[in-house]
Amino acid sequence: MEYYLQLIINGLVVGSIYSLVALGFVIIFKATKVVNFAQGELVMVGAYICFALTVQFQLPFLVSFLLTLVFSIALAILVERLILRPLIGEPIISVIMVTIGLSSMLKSFVQMVWGTQIQVFPAILPQEPYMLLGLPIAPVYVAAFGLSVLLFGVFSLFFKYSSLGIAMRATAFDQQAAQSMGIGIKSIFALSWCIAAVVSSIGGIILGNINGINAQLGQLGLKVFPAVILGGLDSLLGAALGGLIIGVLENICEGAAKDLFGLGGFKEVASFVILVIILMIKPYGLFGTKEIERV
Amino acid sequence: MSMQKCGLFYTTYAREDGLFPSKFQKICLALFFAVLLVCPQFLDSYVMSILNLILIAVIGAVSLNLLTGVCGQMSLGHGAFVGVGAYGAAVLSNMGVPFFLALLGGGAVAAMVGMIFGIPSLRLKGIYLAISTLAAQLILEYVFLHAGSITGGANGLPVDAPEIMGYSFDTDSKIFYLILLVTVLCVLVVTNVIRTRPGRAFVAIRDYHQSAENVGVNLFAFKLQAFGLSSFLAGIAGGLWAHYTMYITPEQFSMGLSISYLAMIIIGGMGSVLGSIFGAIFITLLPEMLNLLTTSLGGIAPDLSAIIVPMKEGVFGLMLVLFLIFEPEGLARKWRLTKAYWKLYPFAY
Repeated sequence: MEYYLQLIINGLVVGSIYSLVALGFVIIFKATKVVNFAQGELVMVGAYICFALTVQFQLPFLVSFLLTLVFSIALAILVERLILRPLIGEPIISVIMVTIGLSSMLKSFVQMVWGTQIQVFPAILPQEPYMLLGLPIAPVYVAAFGLSVLLFGVFSLFFKYSSLGIAMRATAFDQQAAQSMGIGIKSIFALSWCIAAVVSSIGGIILGNINGINAQLGQLGLKVFPAVILGGLDSLLGAALGGLIIGVLENICEGAAKDLFGLGGFKEVASFVILVIILMIKPYGLFGTKEIERV
Repeated sequence: MSMQKCGLFYTTYAREDGLFPSKFQKICLALFFAVLLVCPQFLDSYVMSILNLILIAVIGAVSLNLLTGVCGQMSLGHGAFVGVGAYGAAVLSNMGVPFFLALLGGGAVAAMVGMIFGIPSLRLKGIYLAISTLAAQLILEYVFLHAGSITGGANGLPVDAPEIMGYSFDTDSKIFYLILLVTVLCVLVVTNVIRTRPGRAFVAIRDYHQSAENVGVNLFAFKLQAFGLSSFLAGIAGGLWAHYTMYITPEQFSMGLSISYLAMIIIGGMGSVLGSIFGAIFITLLPEMLNLLTTSLGGIAPDLSAIIVPMKEGVFGLMLVLFLIFEPEGLARKWRLTKAYWKLYPFAY
């Protein structure tokens, strides 16, 4: 029992990072209808930039954290302007493939600069674990969970009350109507990429503090798909819940597969089995908008 | 396939329906194949191995183009279907089944798996279908790695060189003829399928599925056929690959393979058979060109070899992005434009 409780807690922590990455994905998808296969690579680049600033340039962690966010914003604007904007209105396969091309470029960039071996962040938080229900939990886990809950709160308020957030929702709902009401949808597109890159970078930095970083970090982006499909592609709440549910489920499946069948590494594939099942039963997820087609 | 010269007038419908309506076209093709047939005599085994890989890639690209370019069903799992065919053919051939039967058997297994993962396509489109085929890719990869008793797991599976009537195709030049034969057959199959009733139905589904349904196209049947045929051919490509490299491991059939097949059809031209061939050539040659570049620059900058592997991926991504932005219809369109230019030369119109 304690074993499974530990699995659930680990799942919640990893799941909260999936949620952050899924948040970035959903924001881009909502505003621009672009499916971003490079989401995981944005996580990886953010983590590496922060790593380079703290370890190689010896800057204090907080400074390099903020500089990383600035870098992410610059990268997002560049990507949106140079790569995504020419493809507005192109078929979905072109848009998917252009983000896949982008992910190859980012991966290649990271490997050319930092190589492929695992790099470790210096410890920022204390190592002494907290005790919760008799289980030890590292402070970095608590921080990871707290930070992602905080970010979700901030973005929910942002979308609900700020005029920029309302403009973004309007754009997502109907681009033409939003444009005729005087919303500059090009800047909204750029903004949504910036937000996505920033939250992904934060996810990457947290993950780097937990596990260290290597060039495989981008694989995390794949985990976003089960999470957002479960939650619904265009729902923020769905992204949050989907990430947590997938995080917990994959940990439990991994544990159960090892416990019952002696099958290793089931974690990698469990979320995709879940994904196929969700797609069969409820293709628009828990909170997604159903597309209704009429001839 | 419209390499037609000026002044070609059809006098019968049969003539117009022909695969190669003009004599000039037939002569060009015959010359092309004559050159291909004699080239093993003159080229070394390294160049032959690249040629073989290109031919196998052509089968994969043509089959994916049938599914994605013609029928409009995007698949991110094509590499895994190739893998299913490779393992299927390898296992059969290790059991002593003759080469061609093993190849067909591998194709059949791949077709079955492809159709199973094609079932969700009835309800899913666009992004949802892409993600469900992505799931297929990752699930199949896991199976390759963990069904150790069949696939050999991470250690891989050794395969013998193909042997027909006691003649062993064990060198790059010998197996070239075999691969060429199968590739030509596969390309002919796809070209002809596009010209027939199911092919028209595929195009109708791609262009607008609801209109297609309204004019009497059975969506479920034709989508499944597209998945089945496409994965069958992918399986054939896999079987050839297994017999050619003589050793298969799960990481050969990773997500990267699926993506490079998609890149081939995008760079070549969606929905075009000729485009798939161009794309397969382009994507297979790209890393070789980079190798050539680094060995020639080796004298000047010896550190270059350390970054060459990641650089390949970056150049691949860059090419994909550049093609999508500047030439979304691919090399097939460039080819058409070039031909049109020379047809009217020296006049612009």
